[in-house]
Amino acid sequence: MTTANPTVTADPTRTLDLPRPTRPAGALTTALGVARRTVLRNIRNPQVFVLGMVQGAMFLLIFRYVFGGAITTNGIRYVDFLVPGFVGTGVLFAGMTSSIGAAEDLKEGFFDRLRSLPVPRIAIVSGRVVADTILATIGLTVTTVVGFAMGFRTSAPLGSLLLAVALCVFAAFAFTWMFVLLGIMAGNPQAAQGIGILVFPLTFVSSAFVPVESMPGWMQAFASNQPLTMIVNATRAFTLGDVDAVRVLGHPASYFAVRSLFWCALFIVVFAPLAARRYQRG
Amino acid sequence: MPPILEARGLTKRFKTTQALAGLDLTADRGQVTAILGPNGAGKTTFIRMVATLLLPDEGTLTVAGIDAIKEPDKVRRAIGLAGQSAAVEGAMSGRENLVLVGRLFGHDTRQAKASAEVVLDLLDLTESADRLVRTYSGGMRRKLDLGASLVGAPELLLLDEPTTGLDPRSRNDLWDAIRSLVAAGTDVLLTTQYLDEADQLAARIAIIDQGKVIAEGTPDELKSKAGNDVVEVHVADASELDRAIAALAPLGCERPRVDRPTRSIAVPVERGSAQLLEAVRLLDGLNLAVSDIGLRRATLDEVFLALTGRPAESEPDPEADGSATTDKRRRSRRAAA
Ligand SMILES: Nc1ncnc2c1ncn2[C@@H]1O[C@H](COP(=O)(O)OP(=O)(O)O)[C@@H](O)[C@H]1O
Ligand SMILES: [Mg+2]
Repeated sequence: MTTANPTVTADPTRTLDLPRPTRPAGALTTALGVARRTVLRNIRNPQVFVLGMVQGAMFLLIFRYVFGGAITTNGIRYVDFLVPGFVGTGVLFAGMTSSIGAAEDLKEGFFDRLRSLPVPRIAIVSGRVVADTILATIGLTVTTVVGFAMGFRTSAPLGSLLLAVALCVFAAFAFTWMFVLLGIMAGNPQAAQGIGILVFPLTFVSSAFVPVESMPGWMQAFASNQPLTMIVNATRAFTLGDVDAVRVLGHPASYFAVRSLFWCALFIVVFAPLAARRYQRG
Repeated sequence: MPPILEARGLTKRFKTTQALAGLDLTADRGQVTAILGPNGAGKTTFIRMVATLLLPDEGTLTVAGIDAIKEPDKVRRAIGLAGQSAAVEGAMSGRENLVLVGRLFGHDTRQAKASAEVVLDLLDLTESADRLVRTYSGGMRRKLDLGASLVGAPELLLLDEPTTGLDPRSRNDLWDAIRSLVAAGTDVLLTTQYLDEADQLAARIAIIDQGKVIAEGTPDELKSKAGNDVVEVHVADASELDRAIAALAPLGCERPRVDRPTRSIAVPVERGSAQLLEAVRLLDGLNLAVSDIGLRRATLDEVFLALTGRPAESEPDPEADGSATTDKRRRSRRAAA
């Protein structure tokens, strides 16, 4: 070849003025670092983030004013039935976002960068899950505010309302493990979109928007026992108070809350190890 | 001191694809080692193995004397990875990105900030440090990604195709940055599809194909083996092609390669411009009309052809599918004696 060869070999007199860390980052530092980055990635994309919120509000409006008139809900106002349902389904829609996010991390090499660092594997996936839980919480806060603006009212004590929120946040945390796993398995963001196939039936064949009694029998069997219905009904029961809850939903809040917690625990026990394993060496 | 990297008999199979097929490589300290190979040769697979992201099916691998299979955590403390896609966060500033990775490498906040500063300065990114990375150009993102792999001051940097997709200016920029790293005492293992990149940066080059090292040495050694300059002639009239081949063949250090559809003859030569002049004189003496003649450096394709008898299939020929191209060139090699 024609050019002179400018190959450089080490000059022992020069060193890059960078200290080498004495010990690697701990699990907490790692999880918080990853979580912070993931939250920033979402909220610093205001177009996408705000659009998501606006879309949620729009759906709420459509259900309330377009479908609401045709749906009867055992003597409570539809808006009081709908808003807790909507908050609960937010968990699943946030989950879809986290699947896509995890697939993006994989595709864009962020996972590889993290996994090449001397940090605990479990902290990497935990950071992702914590971030997605925070994002879901922001989403459900916005939905709640919009709900109140649209006329949702509750006379439940503050303690019950806080329990409802806590349950939704915990459910978001539990479901995210599954969604992160699915996102990584999908491998790329486009494929991760396909997880909607799972989310839509779970969302609509539930008590989120309509009472399950209005569905055909075979569908009711699924709708009244699936996890989202438990979470949605628990949230609803907490806001209605147990007297109305038993009348409208058939059971008090504790009934649904216990079943919700069971589902959440099941999701964590099954999906957290599977997701964590995906962060090991292939 | 043990070599910075020693790989013996690495194999890796993905379902039906044998990505690595017994790869052996030793990289010494204090230099850039380049792994040169076409798409699908196994470069990324190997880099990911060194980065402890992937386990080999068979073989041994040590990094700075540490067994990468048994002690991945120790290896992670010795390496920095800049993968094939720039893994920096667009929604964070350049500085925030570096501080984050610095923290993950184990620095405390103060030290992570200080290290970020040094790296920004080294890579000439200080001015853009507080801008969100999504406003960066492709070249700047690449540089920042290189910087992120650097903030923990690793012994060995792993760069997977660091300049693929960059314009020539950004490429030169990045080359400068990589050179200054090595000058400052960091070892670098990089992969590339470009012969000139390996030639520009590396003290040693390993050419890999189908998951194996097929040639290894200094750039000069490899060039003398395979990558001679090429006198390329396009004759104006197809009927004169054979006459031109016969005239030029004695000039070359290897048999000329002929591409009949484009009426072009490529003659590998050892003494560059002198032989270009000679070729011009020869053809002129024969009164042979030439539409184009020039001297160029060997391409990776030609190095491959010389080493393997078949072209690198990295860039598909737009005018023919891969297999047709291979056949055509094989035939022309035989034809051109
Ligand atoms: N995760 C994977 N699953 C299946 N095949 C893979 C995977 N990773 C790489 N391969 C295959 O292994 C071969 C080597 O790939 P790679 O190491 O990416 O090559 P390079 O980086 O040199 O282009 C290719 O044929 C590629 O398709
Ligand atoms: Mg590659």
